[in-house]
Amino acid sequence: MAFFFQNVVNALQWGSFYALIALGYSMVYGVLMLFNFAHGDIFMTGAYIGFFVATMFVGLSATGILVLPNWLILILTILISMFLTSFVGMAVERVAYRPLRGAPRASAAITGLMVGIILETGNLALLGARRQKFPELIVSQTYDFGGVSVTNSKIMIVLVSIGLMIALHQFVRRTKWGMAMRAMAYDFVVVPLMGVSINLIAALTFGLGSALASAAGILFGIAYPVLDPYMGILFGWKAFVAAILGGRGSILGAALAGFLLGFIEIFVATIFPSTLRDLIAYSIILIILTFRPHGFFGEPYSAQLRL
Amino acid sequence: MAVVSETIDERTTLWSRMRVWLRKNYGEVPLFAWLVGALVAAIIEMLVGNPFARLIGMPRGPVLFGFLIVLKTPLLIPPAILYNLVIYIFPTLLVARLLGSLSNRIAGWLMDRSVILSTLIHLGLLYATLHIWASFNDYRVLVVKLILLAIMITLSLNVVNGYMGEFSCSHPGFMAMGAYTASILSVVFFVDDSVFGPAILPPVLGQFAFPLILIISGLVASISALLVAVPSFRTRGDYLAIISLAFTFIVKSLIENLEIVGGPRGMRGQPDWATLPVVFVWTMLCVWVINNYVRSTFGKTMNAVRDGEMAANAMTINTRRTKMVTFLFAAFWAGVAGGLLAHVLRYVNPGSFGIQKLAEVLAMVYFGGLNSVVGSIVGAVGFNLLSEALRPLELYKWIIIPIMIILIMIYRPTGLIAFTEFDVKKIIQPRNRDREA
Repeated sequence: MAFFFQNVVNALQWGSFYALIALGYSMVYGVLMLFNFAHGDIFMTGAYIGFFVATMFVGLSATGILVLPNWLILILTILISMFLTSFVGMAVERVAYRPLRGAPRASAAITGLMVGIILETGNLALLGARRQKFPELIVSQTYDFGGVSVTNSKIMIVLVSIGLMIALHQFVRRTKWGMAMRAMAYDFVVVPLMGVSINLIAALTFGLGSALASAAGILFGIAYPVLDPYMGILFGWKAFVAAILGGRGSILGAALAGFLLGFIEIFVATIFPSTLRDLIAYSIILIILTFRPHGFFGEPYSAQLRL
Repeated sequence: MAVVSETIDERTTLWSRMRVWLRKNYGEVPLFAWLVGALVAAIIEMLVGNPFARLIGMPRGPVLFGFLIVLKTPLLIPPAILYNLVIYIFPTLLVARLLGSLSNRIAGWLMDRSVILSTLIHLGLLYATLHIWASFNDYRVLVVKLILLAIMITLSLNVVNGYMGEFSCSHPGFMAMGAYTASILSVVFFVDDSVFGPAILPPVLGQFAFPLILIISGLVASISALLVAVPSFRTRGDYLAIISLAFTFIVKSLIENLEIVGGPRGMRGQPDWATLPVVFVWTMLCVWVINNYVRSTFGKTMNAVRDGEMAANAMTINTRRTKMVTFLFAAFWAGVAGGLLAHVLRYVNPGSFGIQKLAEVLAMVYFGGLNSVVGSIVGAVGFNLLSEALRPLELYKWIIIPIMIILIMIYRPTGLIAFTEFDVKKIIQPRNRDREA
């Protein structure tokens, strides 16, 4: 039993990364009917921005210019890099998605892919191929609950990501901005007539999604403190799978599917040899999609689609 | 302000003057003469390429129209331009001009005899040009082979993504199936291998069995495509994208876990059967079959499915059959291309059939143009030439190429040459028929 719960804890942590990234996909999809294929690389960029911010604060503390406790550095790092990464997301929207509104959806997917490649290569060109090590902000402590060992960073990661999801949900449900986003998801044509700026809301959506991806990147950096420029590719595509699995445009669905994907991967890796992880995980997803082709919370597919 | 507009005017007049000159002198030159011209240029390069290059100050004849050498040492730009002019452009133009009326007569005569014969002769000329051009050095041979394979892959993906309007991500998976099937077959039957034991059949037969091996690997890819084709009955668009993506992941992961084919280390030892003529013949076959397929009545049902599935159903189109046949058809060619690729590189590993490959293939399709055979050829050739030509820039290549593709997507959202097939007769016909009539 302890073994089982141990893996549940691991899966919660692993799934929270997927869930946070999948939320970005899902929000953009809900509002613009497009998938932001650069999102995985925005996650990478967010992790790197977090790395720089954290290193800066740690450096300042070490030299005694601005001595801050570690928990404050962590909070500041997350907030500042979420803020900065949201601008990356907005820039991606401006460059790759706004000029293509009304073009075939697949073309926008290609520009997204290409922006992702530019982000990866740009990172590689700027920082070189050596991997960066994320500074250690949390002094690791292990708690033992009846044979289940839980580190404080794991608890923190799961709590922070669930907190962010709840915050996002409240934002979309309660605020005027969120209302505009929901309205845009509901009807793309009428919304501008109600005085809502489509461009503004699209940028906001990209910004929010990127901020969440950045948070995921920092949390990932805390759990696995090695960053490399290609870390976003696999995470991005897997989170894309999770976003689809949850049902397109559904925030709750994306979060749940992200956790589900984490559970599947962790449990497959513990029960079978870990090389079989992708094989079994994707076979399960294929089976789920065969029986529920529109995901958990998505609407059944309608015949009309633009190219 | 005035200066600027003046220069622009000048440029446009120069450009339009050039176009008028071209139309006047070359408007009636048929493809036949161009091919002969290119052949002559290739022969000239073979004969005097290296000495001429040394004469104008280059170490040796440029490999890829001088792009590589120019990016390494920009001082060589004038000689490179001179080389291209003297060796390629000038002879081609001259021969085409001289042969203009004669080749019109030849093309007309051939056309009246038999279209197939005429096509074959044109293809023969094209192959001769390619062969002589490529025999200049080994690097060119490899580049030509890879470009031909890229044409096959791009075309077969365009059938699904462009003509049928799905967003299929399964092509790397199909290619992997084809590549591994072909590798296993040729290694088991015709090669003494440490894993699979001695050859079952005499290796001499291998060359002749190779087409059969490729067809089998195409069929295996087709059968695996059922995994994607059957779900496509119920869903499409984004969910199909995921299913096909999952398929690619599954195939890659499956191969990585099969220790007998080398697992993640890959598999080597494929015999050197994929020579330039073999690849050329298969590519031309693929272009011919796909071009006919998409222009057939059945091919038009794909467009109907794309533009409105319900409407297509109402028009008595069996949409399931269309989807099924199209997926299997596209997968077949992807499998053949994969099998050829394995024998061109003589090494396969599962890592090369992942997301990187997917991004590359998708970029080629959308760069060239959706729903377009010509576009796919242009896309595959253009993308590969570009990526070879920019190789000296190393890392920055992958910043420049994506920016170019983004710009193309912004200004031409369906790709460079979208919605175009070709009619062989129109291409090879003599150009002076209007006047005669």
